Formats: sequence, C-alpha cells, structure tokens
Amino acid sequence: MSDLMKVSSNPHVRSKSTTASIMLTVVIALLPAAGFGIYNFGPKALLLILVTVASTVATEFAFEKICKKKITIGDYSAVVTGLLLALNLPVSAPWWIGVVGGVFAILVVKMLFGGIGQNFMNPALGARCFLLISFTSIMTNFDCDAYTGATPLAALKSGESVNILNMVIGRTAGTIGETSMIAIVIGACILILFGIIDLRIPGTYIVTLAVFVTLFGGRGFNWPYISAHLSGGGLMLGAFFMATDYVTRPITKRGQYVFGFLLGVLTGIFRIFGPSAEGVSYAIIIGNLLVPLIEKVTLPKAFGKGGEKA
Amino acid sequence: MSQIDEKDVKRENPVTERLINGIVKENPTFVLMLGMCPTLAVTTSAINGLGMGLTTMVVLALSNVFISLLRNIIPDKVRIPAFIVIIASFVTMVELLLQGFIPFLYDALGIYIPLIVVNCIILGRAEAYAYKNPVIPSLFDGIGMGLGFSVALTCIGAVRELLGAGEIFGIHVMPESFVPVSIFIMAPGAFFVLALLTAIQNKVKIAGERKGKDMSKIQSGCGNDCMNCADTGCAKRLIDETKGEGDKKND
Repeated sequence: MSDLMKVSSNPHVRSKSTTASIMLTVVIALLPAAGFGIYNFGPKALLLILVTVASTVATEFAFEKICKKKITIGDYSAVVTGLLLALNLPVSAPWWIGVVGGVFAILVVKMLFGGIGQNFMNPALGARCFLLISFTSIMTNFDCDAYTGATPLAALKSGESVNILNMVIGRTAGTIGETSMIAIVIGACILILFGIIDLRIPGTYIVTLAVFVTLFGGRGFNWPYISAHLSGGGLMLGAFFMATDYVTRPITKRGQYVFGFLLGVLTGIFRIFGPSAEGVSYAIIIGNLLVPLIEKVTLPKAFGKGGEKA
Repeated sequence: MSQIDEKDVKRENPVTERLINGIVKENPTFVLMLGMCPTLAVTTSAINGLGMGLTTMVVLALSNVFISLLRNIIPDKVRIPAFIVIIASFVTMVELLLQGFIPFLYDALGIYIPLIVVNCIILGRAEAYAYKNPVIPSLFDGIGMGLGFSVALTCIGAVRELLGAGEIFGIHVMPESFVPVSIFIMAPGAFFVLALLTAIQNKVKIAGERKGKDMSKIQSGCGNDCMNCADTGCAKRLIDETKGEGDKKND
C-alpha cells in the first residue's frame, strides 16, 4: 500500500479488490453467455470471440509500447472489452469485423482519451455502433446454420408472435452473446454476489423499459409482449454488463437511478418509434455522453452544507 | 501607415512569405481551425474538397484585394458590414459561374457555396490582414490561405473517399476484397479524419520545434510571437487591440 497517494481512476474506496480482480470476475461472469453462444452458433462463434479478444489486447499492448506508456493489459480490461464486443457481433460476421471493431474500441474510444478510466464511452459499444454504421448489412445479418430469419424483436416489430420460452433459453437468432437470458442472468448473479455491480442501474433500466413498453407499445398490459421485450435483443447484456461499466456510469447513487431511467426511456423510444428493432447500444452510448451532466446535477451536498439555500 | 507596410513587407518578399504562411505555418484548417463547417460537410470525396477549396480561394483572393484597396475609405465602425457586402458579391458571382460552367460541382457543393459568405477564414483574413495591408501582399495572402484550405480539404476528402468508398478522385484504387467503411463518408468520419490529420500535422510541427524552430513565432512573419510582442503598433500584428488607435491616425 505504498502508493496510497497515487491518483487513480475511481472507485477510491479502499478494499482488497483491484482492477484486475474486478475485470477477471466480469470475464468469468460473461463466460456463461459466451459458452451458450458457442454451443448455440457453433465453433465459428468461438473463433470470432478469440479473434476479437486477441485484437483488443494486442491493440492496447501495441499502443502502450509505441507511446512508451505503462503496459496495462494485465488488468484484463481489454479482455472484457473484446469479449463484450464479440458477444455483440452476429455469428455470420467475417473475422476481420472483430479485428476492426477491436482496434477501434481500444485505440479510438479508450486509448486516445487516456486509457482505462478516462474513456467517456463504453469502448465495446462505441465499436459496435461504429461497425453497425459502417457495415450495416454485415452487422444485421443474423442468418446462420442454426437459425434463419428475423430476430425476435424484429419479428415482434413486424407484428409476428414469438416463442418466449426459446427467447429465455436463447434458442433464437441474434448476436453471439445476447440471445440467452438465462446465461446472462447467471453471469449477472455472479457479479451481484461478488459485489461488482448492484441493481440500481439495471433494475431502473429494466423496470423503466417495461413501463414504457406497457404505456406506448400499443398492446397495453400484455405480459407476453412485455416479457418478449425484456428478454429479447441486447437488453439484459446491456443492462447488466455495459450500463454498469464503472468508467462510463454516474458515480452518484441518485445519478445511477437517473441514468437507468434515461436508458429505459431511450431504449423504449428506439424500439417502438425508431426504424430498427433494437436500440440498446445507442441508448447506452447516448446515456454515457450525458453522464457528466447527470453527475453534476445529482452531486450530494457536502457535509455541513445545505439547510438554508446558500 | 501603408508606406511603412510596404517597406516592411518588401524586405521579406511578401509573395512567397504569404503563400508559405497560408499553406503551412498558418494553414486555416489544420492550424487555425477555421472554416470547420465546409471542412466537415463537403469533404466526402477528394474532388468535392478540391472544388470547395478552390472556390473559396477565388473568393478569398478577390475579396482580399478589394478590401485592401478600400481599406482607407471604409469607416472603421461599419467595416464588418462592408466586408460582408464585398464578400457576398464575389460569392454570388462565383456561384453563378459555377452553375454555368461546372454544374456537377455546383450540384455536389449545394448550399455550401452561398455559405462561403460566412466562412470565417474569409472574414478573418479581411479583418486580420487585408484591412491593414497593401494590395499585392493581400492578394497573395488570399491565394496562400485559399491554397492551404484547398490542400487541407483535398487531403481530408481523399482519405475519406479512400476509406469510405475505396476510391481517390473517383478512381478505384483499393483491392476488390476491400469492404468500404461507409462511416467515413458520413458525418462522424469527417471528425475522425480531421482529428487524425491534425494530429499528424501537430506531430510534425512538434518535431520541428524540437529542432529549434518555434513555429508559433513564425506565424507573424517577423519571427516574433504576436501574443508576447511588445510592439503594439506592428502592422502585421495578429491581435487586434490597437485597431482604434491606428484609425485615429488615418483620420
């Protein structure tokens, strides 16, 4: 503990946990989703995950080597970014999509803004949106050996019925890691049990979206419709693994509720009123941009202040 | 005032000094960060960037010449409206000429041609240079700045076109297997490429400074940094705090 005076990224509370131990827990918590993705979509999913993770780690190493900075690949944060990005890719994507996305995530979104703790946007989501805009047809092609046709949310949007049980288990078309609600919730439970995340952001996010869908979805309080919205698309993965990213979420408790509420409303707007079926990634990166503002508004009063209006 | 200027400027060969100043030392896009609206909006391809740059250069050179000619007639208090009238006249002429003779460029640049009127490079050079300097240096200041703008816009356009469409000046250069990264010909790509090229430019400039050349001192043309220069009466001063005094003398 000789470097107690070192200024580092948040959180500042002293404990035995380190960036590396937290990130490693997140990696472990993502394994059920990744494992189900590989089981569901076949070995090509494993290849895509490995390529993406390798490219994020290699990019971080190369950048820090070239710029003569401290090598930080040992803290597993690049692994988390690569894994999250890979879980957000469709299995039909060619391998170089993972490389382009991995390089963009680490180089542009993370390293150019100062490395771990300094990025204003979730690197994995920034890269996903970059890929989604650049290679729209590749990124929305969910056809693969196991499944063809629309994702559940797209089917829902065009008025078809969906099989809720398949969506909860994950036997549907979609990106590698988003399909199985059960696998993601297992991972989320690991994170909550180890105290890595709490339910403020994901809870507010999911409840807000459920209320929004009930109010504006046009089908009233229709339980299958609402549960399809909650278990479909990237909501669970986004709510538990990306919206809770330490760097890009508000630090204040009230701010976290505001953040979750904002994400729920934005996702609802994108899903119901927007042209595409899914909007979790855009909602979260827009929320990331508003985090400084949310923190400013919800800053707790310092001890001894307040009472009278100063 | 004008006599002193001419003596000063002659000693330094105004033509090449102004051209180099505009293209390299004070490049309007990469160094001064002026005129960002056309820079970001029209550089979807190299030819659009080049066309926009050259159109702006013509307007810039002509308006600099006219403002320099009229600099002793225009009253100080209404100089900005006077500049705008002169600039807008030239923009209208250039717009009509483009529409008549280069219609494809006219269609590609669209609303950004009339918007050259409010391009802050043109108003900036009128205020900072042409209004205080004789005709010939002002002409070459306009050409230099316009060339600098053209080079910058063409570079940004070429990089965006290469990555976003696999072409440069409409000629396919990338291999067949290259999948165009279409974000580069959309708005976000303009920011990525501008930031990248500015970073490269800064990297080169910092390397130059390490060799002993202080680039920030060169931009005034006399080797002194205008921000810290005591000579407030300097004709080429980039900071406009003594403008009022100078005009009292003229009156």
